[in-house]
Amino acid sequence: MIGGMHDVQVPAGAQAHAIAGVWHWLLPICTFVFVALVIAMLVALWRAPWIRESVAPDLSSLRQSEPEIARAVWAAVIVSTLLLLVLLAVSVFTDRALAQLPLENALHVELTGYQWWWEARYDDPDASRIFTTANELHVPVGRPVIVTLVGADVIHSFWVPSLHGKKDLIPGRTQTISFRADRPGTYRGTCAEYCGYQHAHMVLYVVADAPNDYEQWAQRQRAPAHAPATAEEQRGRDLFLRRSCAMCHAIDGTPAQGQHAPNLTHVASRMTIGAGTLENTASRRAAWILDPQQFKPGANMPAENIPPDELAAINAYLGSLE
Amino acid sequence: MSSAAGSSWARFGFSRRAQRALREQADAVVSRGEVVLDGAGFGSKAALALEHTWQDKRGIIGWLETNDHKRIGKRFVVTAFLFFCAAGILSAIMRTQLAFPDNDIVGPDLYDQLFTMHGTTMMFVFAVPIMQGMGVYLVPLMVGTRNTAFPRMTACAYWLYLLGGLTLWIGFALNTGADAGWFAYVPLAGPDYGVGKRADVWNNLINLTEAMGLMVAVDLATVILKMRAPGMSLRRMPIFAWSILVTSVMIIFAMPSVMLAANLAQFDRTFGTHFFNPAEGGDVLVWQHLFWFFGHPEVYFIFIPGLGFISTIIPTFARRPLFGHTAIVLSMIATGFLAFGLWVHHMFATNLPEVGKSFFTAMSFMIAIPTAVQIFCWIATLWTGRIHLRVPLLFVLAFFVIFVLGGVTGIMVGAVPFDLQVHDTYFVVAHLHYVLFGGAVFPLFAAFYYWFPKFTGRMLDERLGRWQFWLFFIGFNVTFFPMHLLGLDGMPRRIYTYGAETGWGTLNLLATIGTAIIAVSVVIFIVNFVRSLAKGTLAGDNPWGAPTLEWATHSPPPAFNFVAVPVVASREPLWAREADEPTHVTGLSAQTREGLVTTVLDALPDVRYSYPSPTIWPVVAAVTVVIWLFWSNITPSGMWYGLIPPAIAFTLWYWPTRKETAEQLLLQRRP
Repeated sequence: MIGGMHDVQVPAGAQAHAIAGVWHWLLPICTFVFVALVIAMLVALWRAPWIRESVAPDLSSLRQSEPEIARAVWAAVIVSTLLLLVLLAVSVFTDRALAQLPLENALHVELTGYQWWWEARYDDPDASRIFTTANELHVPVGRPVIVTLVGADVIHSFWVPSLHGKKDLIPGRTQTISFRADRPGTYRGTCAEYCGYQHAHMVLYVVADAPNDYEQWAQRQRAPAHAPATAEEQRGRDLFLRRSCAMCHAIDGTPAQGQHAPNLTHVASRMTIGAGTLENTASRRAAWILDPQQFKPGANMPAENIPPDELAAINAYLGSLE
Repeated sequence: MSSAAGSSWARFGFSRRAQRALREQADAVVSRGEVVLDGAGFGSKAALALEHTWQDKRGIIGWLETNDHKRIGKRFVVTAFLFFCAAGILSAIMRTQLAFPDNDIVGPDLYDQLFTMHGTTMMFVFAVPIMQGMGVYLVPLMVGTRNTAFPRMTACAYWLYLLGGLTLWIGFALNTGADAGWFAYVPLAGPDYGVGKRADVWNNLINLTEAMGLMVAVDLATVILKMRAPGMSLRRMPIFAWSILVTSVMIIFAMPSVMLAANLAQFDRTFGTHFFNPAEGGDVLVWQHLFWFFGHPEVYFIFIPGLGFISTIIPTFARRPLFGHTAIVLSMIATGFLAFGLWVHHMFATNLPEVGKSFFTAMSFMIAIPTAVQIFCWIATLWTGRIHLRVPLLFVLAFFVIFVLGGVTGIMVGAVPFDLQVHDTYFVVAHLHYVLFGGAVFPLFAAFYYWFPKFTGRMLDERLGRWQFWLFFIGFNVTFFPMHLLGLDGMPRRIYTYGAETGWGTLNLLATIGTAIIAVSVVIFIVNFVRSLAKGTLAGDNPWGAPTLEWATHSPPPAFNFVAVPVVASREPLWAREADEPTHVTGLSAQTREGLVTTVLDALPDVRYSYPSPTIWPVVAAVTVVIWLFWSNITPSGMWYGLIPPAIAFTLWYWPTRKETAEQLLLQRRP
């Protein structure tokens, strides 16, 4: 079952933890103010005499001032202002803390937002170690990550509530966001800026692994695609290249080098397909290849009339791309 | 629809025959060339002459021509309320879709149009026009004058608004409903990604409703500053007039920003300019700055009139003058200024300089202070008053609960770090509905119950009103409170569906149930409205025993509002009037549409003013403007050729007639 955590109040990283700290100031102070005001209103209603019919107005306040009431109003205004100043200080100091995450030995990822999927390029000083994946990030626990955010078409927003607040991917304005996962786990992220038809299905899972597990994962991702081991897989590979699949998708180590859709070199290693639309199982994958529009109307991948045996071969090949 | 003046005569017990006789008498007075001054009781010669002077033509022509602020104001309110119901139905469809995970009642294409139409309609076609409409109806009565300063312009504004709203909804019916969100961010609404004509319809709507907003704002600000009753110095001006003044000035500063943005975007779409195209040196963030420089103040000019309603209603039902009148006025003015300093808090996730973010956090917190001052003053007024708990006051009390909750969540989202988490989630959906329902819709219902007797001469039913109130209050909270929790649990806005694995199903179902309760409540209001219109108890001039001038005339007021211009010597003219105090001045001609212009600060009588007569040109001009806009969407050359019809219409609008010129010349010599 696909899942992943997405609760702002249960942080799993340094940045989200700092923000949850702000929430722990905001919630009690704001609740206190709300409850105090409602009680004041109820007390006012309880102590003022109620009348059934409209009576002549009481104009005494026009002739004499009401110093006691004025003092109470002043006191309430001053208390509110002081509480606001406390919250302002909390907000500003947390902002500074967020900007000062230690970034030694950071992992660099370039994340590009497309309608409606994510492309992730894991950077490395050694160009041969760079690799590309889609819709699923793996990060090592305890190591900071700097994500470069690139908007390719419209504005998207990167948001993994368990790890950090959001930051937009704006066409023409590349920027970065830094976070650190402190607990292993799977965290559900999603596009948070309305970006068109399938804004709802633009999920990005972030898996925080122990450093060793992460290294193993990255090692596998750097490898070229698994070579077909059976005749069925070989047939699937040939069909993938012959049919329209390769026009958009890339599989490293094969002639398929399309750049308009998620890189499928290790597609079988991912939890979902269609950017969180479907669980990545053989049957779901087959249904998706046949008619993605049924699950994600408006997505750029067209439905194709593929004979069942060919579909089975393609699916077997894709399923082998661990 | 009978003319407003006709119905007022009927209310004084004149039979149809007697009314006709009176009208003939008035015609005779006028045709003899007698000089008639205003200033005596109803049924007098002066009143007859005023009736004759101010009545609209009969039939459809009179209906189209009218520039009576009361008829225009009622049209604004009724039209905006119908759009409110239509946009509410859209939200019910959205809530039905979201009631269960993986629901497929509506697909993404329709859903995107639904939330865009809902937001656009509520913000541009309901909230601003209905507040301005209430102002158009009430302000001239409250300040004691006979019409607005530029009534033809306000008539034209209404038609622009109506046609803008209708074209938006006709577009929706033709599957050309705007679908880029009520904020229409580029590039999604730009030429590359906003395909079809959907974004064009939206840009036209912005042009039309913002032109409407500016025209009405200029008109009302002029009425408030220059046409107050003699003696109504700024110190004595009713708070509602203050709220409309602050709102109008804000509109004049804010709306040009979004009009500019919409037109730049439309240039990108129509002519292929690159204002918002990063590939050619444009910048998509400029749109957001221009939009929110308007968009944030808009929130405040929706809710400042709501504050005006509350400050007007509380004293009437607490049976005492408002505590802290001056503090409340200053707070509203402060809110108006500060509202222009926090637009960037809608853009915290776009990457801003740290110092800038802290500034906007501080501003967002600071704007809470003037609002807090007002709330404390209202509680103080209730505390020291005697409570007459009627339906308008119930809605005001609900305001305290709902608006304050929306206010404290506003503080939360004003803090940059926390906003980065909840921005564009259901937490913000909850916050904005608490603020706008609490700050505008609840006060608006309070205002409907409060001023319905003045608008129609009849009371709304109290028992149905209480049913409506409780269902509204409960339904609102059941709908929107769970959304705070959904936002904290990571549910983003504007998604047409969600998977069961997210665990958002239960709270969404609860919210949908709440929506149904709200719907029942609104239906009860409509039933109450229709029933009371026909057979509600007669109200009389001042059913609540209220202190302001609109209650000094009849319910509903005659076309000329007051037989004589009232004179004011206090803030509560109907409460604190000394026995030997003058109540009115006379001396204006009753045979032409004359009013009194007074000085800005002290309202000393200054000059006489001739109100423009009704003509057909405002409605014609509005139609030609709408044709021009749509023509320019179809072909760029329509931008130039399409200007010819409006140019003709606006020229004829100002063409003087011989009769009016002669009247004016005569009036220069005679009273």
